[in-house]
Amino acid sequence: MIRYVAGLLSGILLGMFAAATLLYFNPLASRNPLSPLSVTNNEILSVGYSAVPTDSILYTNDGESRIKPYPEKVRELWEAPIRQSEVLVTVVTDSRNNPAGIGIKFSSDSEKSRVINGEALVDSAWHIHLVERGSLFVEQTENYWNFLRQIVLPAYWSSANHWKGLWNGNMTVGPGALGTASVSGGTGEFAGLESEAVEAVSASAYSVSQGPVAMDGRLTIDVTGNVELTASDVAGR
Amino acid sequence: MLKTLIFGFLLGIVGTVAAAYYVPVVDQYRESSIISVAPNGGNTESFRINIPVDRIMTGAPMQAEPLPPGLRWPTQELFDGVRVELFKVRNTRETVIGVASRMVADSDAIQDSVEWVLHLPARGTFYVTMPAQPADGVRRVGSLRAGTREFRPMQGEVSERWVPNTDDDDPDAPEGHIEIVTSFVGTFSDDLTETALTEGAL
Repeated sequence: MIRYVAGLLSGILLGMFAAATLLYFNPLASRNPLSPLSVTNNEILSVGYSAVPTDSILYTNDGESRIKPYPEKVRELWEAPIRQSEVLVTVVTDSRNNPAGIGIKFSSDSEKSRVINGEALVDSAWHIHLVERGSLFVEQTENYWNFLRQIVLPAYWSSANHWKGLWNGNMTVGPGALGTASVSGGTGEFAGLESEAVEAVSASAYSVSQGPVAMDGRLTIDVTGNVELTASDVAGR
Repeated sequence: MLKTLIFGFLLGIVGTVAAAYYVPVVDQYRESSIISVAPNGGNTESFRINIPVDRIMTGAPMQAEPLPPGLRWPTQELFDGVRVELFKVRNTRETVIGVASRMVADSDAIQDSVEWVLHLPARGTFYVTMPAQPADGVRRVGSLRAGTREFRPMQGEVSERWVPNTDDDDPDAPEGHIEIVTSFVGTFSDDLTETALTEGAL
């Protein structure tokens, strides 16, 4: 009898391991498709930022996550309704990497996340003010599955608890049908703008204890018909 | 014995895949919304921000005591006219339900404005623009510019006003609170109806 129970348990464990391996290497899971905005002829506004919390003006989360809030004494988002959220306040740059404004990114883990589909989704919203130009609101769903699989897990598996390399990926997967974010202009030259955007990330170092060590993000925003591009905007094309 | 092992193996695969499919990875905590129906249609909801306890950040040039301590606001002249504040947002039961940013831009190139983004993780996010001057000397009234999830099909107005605390007896009482009142009405859309039909809501 004990032999059969042991056999059943061993089988279950093996089955669980096989299923977990299948999910991890799932060939049908989301790839990293080409952004529709990278091949467009439309007028594009490019906004960059550093995704390293200590390079930002402020970063806060529940205070118990791997990535520590910055500055150290910032209020943490520990209350239950906001515990799975984080906020980043940062200087955003134009395509020549000159400071252009302030960006605030709100991110919350999405209940639509499904491991079986290769979806580690985050609902995020950007509130961006470009000085002397105006403000924008960008709403998107991001998928961190490839980021977790190709950067975070390898960092954990590394004996140095560190990942180094070169990783580029589009994070935006919605809500637009082509995997684009939704943009609404608010003030200044962006007033009335209804458009699309894509956020991409470029990472070269990640630490288990600190989170991103060298990582930049860039929002590519379609502003066709609404905005007169500056020389800095055009330089990024 | 071998049959038991194979049975267990298949059971392990099916169980793991079923768990991955049915067990939610994320479950956002929800507070019941406190919404009242407006007499002429739509609905209203109040949010409050207690000052100073709910203030996370005040970003402005040349602050003697930055909040939070250690905050390094960019020193370039470019940012002189920008003031950014970050808050926790409460419902009328005083429970924290979200976070919000308030941005004020003072510029010669564009019209002065006040902007709010309220991010309520279990419900969605909305973006409001307001004129810099209060409508009646007390309240600023702006319009909903964009919303996500629950707020996507909405349109309407949002007002902000400062309400000072008048209770001198309670030493722990906040200095006052910012009151944000939304007045939204849903817009009809074929896409929304189709979505609702697909999800069995109609």
